[in-house]
Amino acid sequence: MLKTELLVVGAGPAGLAAAIEAKKGGVKDLLLVDLNMRPGGQLFKQIHKFFGSKAHRAGIRGIDIGTQMLEEAKELGIDIWLNTACVGLFDDKIACLEKGQPDGSTKIVYVQPEKIILATGGQENVVRFKGWTTPGVMGAGAAQTMINVNRVQPGQKIVMLGTGNVGLIVSYQLMQAGCEVVALVEAAPKIGGYGVHASKISRAGVPIFTKHTIKEVKGNGPNGRVSEVVIVELDEKWNPIEGTEKTFEADTVTLAAGLKPVSDLVKLQDIELVFNGPFGGWVPTHTRDMESTCPGIYVAGDTTGVEEANTALEEGRLAGISAAQSLGYMKDADAEALKDEIWDRLAGLRMGPFGEKRAVAKKELMDAFPEVARG
Amino acid sequence: MCMRVSDHVILGQDLNPKMIEITVDGQKIPAKEGEPILAALLAQDIMVNRYTVKRNEPRGLFCGIGQCTDCAMIVNGKANVRTCITPAADGMVVETQYGYGGAK
Amino acid sequence: MAIADVGYISKQELIDAKQDISDERYAKGPVAVIECVQEIPCNPCEGACRFGAITIGEPITNLPKINEAACTGCGVCVAQCPGLAIFIVNKAYSDTEATVAFPYEYVPIPKEGEEWEGVNRKGEVLCKAKIVKVMNPKSFDRTPVVTVAIPKEFADEVRSVKRK
Repeated sequence: MLKTELLVVGAGPAGLAAAIEAKKGGVKDLLLVDLNMRPGGQLFKQIHKFFGSKAHRAGIRGIDIGTQMLEEAKELGIDIWLNTACVGLFDDKIACLEKGQPDGSTKIVYVQPEKIILATGGQENVVRFKGWTTPGVMGAGAAQTMINVNRVQPGQKIVMLGTGNVGLIVSYQLMQAGCEVVALVEAAPKIGGYGVHASKISRAGVPIFTKHTIKEVKGNGPNGRVSEVVIVELDEKWNPIEGTEKTFEADTVTLAAGLKPVSDLVKLQDIELVFNGPFGGWVPTHTRDMESTCPGIYVAGDTTGVEEANTALEEGRLAGISAAQSLGYMKDADAEALKDEIWDRLAGLRMGPFGEKRAVAKKELMDAFPEVARG
Repeated sequence: MCMRVSDHVILGQDLNPKMIEITVDGQKIPAKEGEPILAALLAQDIMVNRYTVKRNEPRGLFCGIGQCTDCAMIVNGKANVRTCITPAADGMVVETQYGYGGAK
Repeated sequence: MAIADVGYISKQELIDAKQDISDERYAKGPVAVIECVQEIPCNPCEGACRFGAITIGEPITNLPKINEAACTGCGVCVAQCPGLAIFIVNKAYSDTEATVAFPYEYVPIPKEGEEWEGVNRKGEVLCKAKIVKVMNPKSFDRTPVVTVAIPKEFADEVRSVKRK
C-alpha cells in the first residue's frame, strides 16, 4: 500500500489551494487526485473577473487564477493524479483510488495518508418539468463548459431557468459566445444574483421574468430536440396561474437552480453532517481548522457548503495550513496567524445582503461541532 | 451549420486547431484533436447521443462533466462511453447508442 | 422598481446610494459614474483609481463612493470593475453631444468611426451612437472600453450599444 503524508481529493480551487498551502507549509509527501482529465475544477470555465478583495485576486478572471495556481503547484512539485477517482474511504484513513491509465483503463491503488483533505466540490441541482429530459435541456454548467472550455455553442436560442449568479453569469457568457438568450425565468419574486450581473443581461435587451417558471418544454425539433418553451406566472404560493402562459421558440434550456455539496466520500466515514439550507444540503460540521469530526480528515470548499470560488480558495488554504501544522511542519503561532488572516478575509466575503446568510450558516455549521470530538 | 465559437473577446481567436476526422453513424465529421467527442458533435448541431432502455427516448448533453451519462455512445465498438469527457481521436467510430448498447 | 425586481438600476437608487453626479461636476467634463447599489464584497475599483477618487474602505461590502472633485474621468476604473458597472459620462463634449464610455465584452468589438445604436439600461435603442474611441490595452485584461458620442439628452440613459 502506498503511504503518503497528505492526500487531497479534488483539484478544484479548494483542493489546489489546500495542496499549495500544505506544500508551502513544509509537507513533503503529498498526493492530489482529481477525477477529471484536467485540474482546476470549474475555474477554467469562469472567464469573468472575480469579485472580492483586490488584495486576493479580485478583478482577475477565473481562468487566469486557475492557470496561476497550476503553475504554482508545478513549481512546488505537487504530484497530481488526473482521471483518478477516490472511490472508497476506509478505517485508518485508507483511500481506494481508481487511477486512470494512459490507455484509458483504470487501476485500483490503495493509499494510506496520515491526513486527508476532501474538496470534492458541488453538483448542479436539477429542475423537473414536463419535457425536462428533452435533448437540449441541460445544466447551466454544461452549457458553460461547452462555450468556454470546448468553444462550441450548445444551441442557438436559449432559455435560462434561474437568476442566481450562475444563471446571470452563464447567460452573459452564452451571449459572449454568440448564442441568443431568449429569456431568463425565475420562480422567486426577486432576481437572486448580483444586480450588476443582472444589469449586463438587461443592457443586452434580454427580459428577466421573475415569479415565473417553466411549465413545459416541447421537443418537436430535429430528432426530438427542444423546439418551444412554455413559461407560466406563479402566485404567492408558487402555484402556476392558469392563462398566464407565454411560449418562446428555443432549442436549448439551461438550468441554474443552485448546487448541492458532493458529500459521498464524507458519508463513507463516520463524519457528522448537518443539514444546512443556505449551503445546499447535508454538509460536514468542522472546526476553525476545517477538520471534520473524524480526526485528520479535513473538508474545504463547496463540499462543506456551496458558496463561491473565492471562498473555496480561502477554505482550501485553511485546510492546507492546518494539515501542515498538525503534521508538525508549521509552528503553531505561524499557522494560527495565517489562519486568522484568512478567517478575516472570509468574514469580508460573507458580508452584505448576499453574504450574511452564508456567515450565519457557517456559524451554525461550526457551532454544531460536538464538543466530544474536539481533540 | 457550424456552431463553433471561433472568435471571442476574452478567449481570443481559435487559431489553427489541428483538425481530424471521426465517423458518426456512418458519416464523416471534422473534430478538433483532443476535444471531447461531444463537442465535435455539437459543432455539427448533433444533440442526440443515445436512446433510453425502456421508452426509447432521446437523450443528449446534460451535465457536460462526466457525471450524468446522458451523452453515452458507442465508441470504437465499446458501449456506454461518456462522450463529454472522452477525447476525439482520428478515425474514431462513434455510434448513437440504443438502450444498453445493442444494435438499433 | 428596484434592480432586484427588474434587473436594471433606477435613478432613485443611484441617488439613494449617493452615486449620482452633480450638474456642476458634469459641466466640467468627463466623470466616472458608478452604478453599484448593492453591498457586495468587492473593491478592485478603489485600488484602480490613482487619484484616490473612489472609496470603499472596510468592510469591503461598503458601496463605492466617488469623490467627484478628485475624479479626472480618465476611465481606468471602467475595465477594472468585475461587475462592469462603471461608466464615464462627458456632458461637456460639445454643445449638442455627450459621450458615454462603457465596458463592452462582445465580438465584434466596435471600431472608431462606426455608427452603432445606443441602448439604455433595458437594452432599448434610444439613438444613433457614433463610436469615437475604443480602448483595449493589455492592462484592461480583455475588457474593451468603448466611447460613443450621442445626443446630449440621452447622456443619463445610454449605457451600451446594441450587439451585432
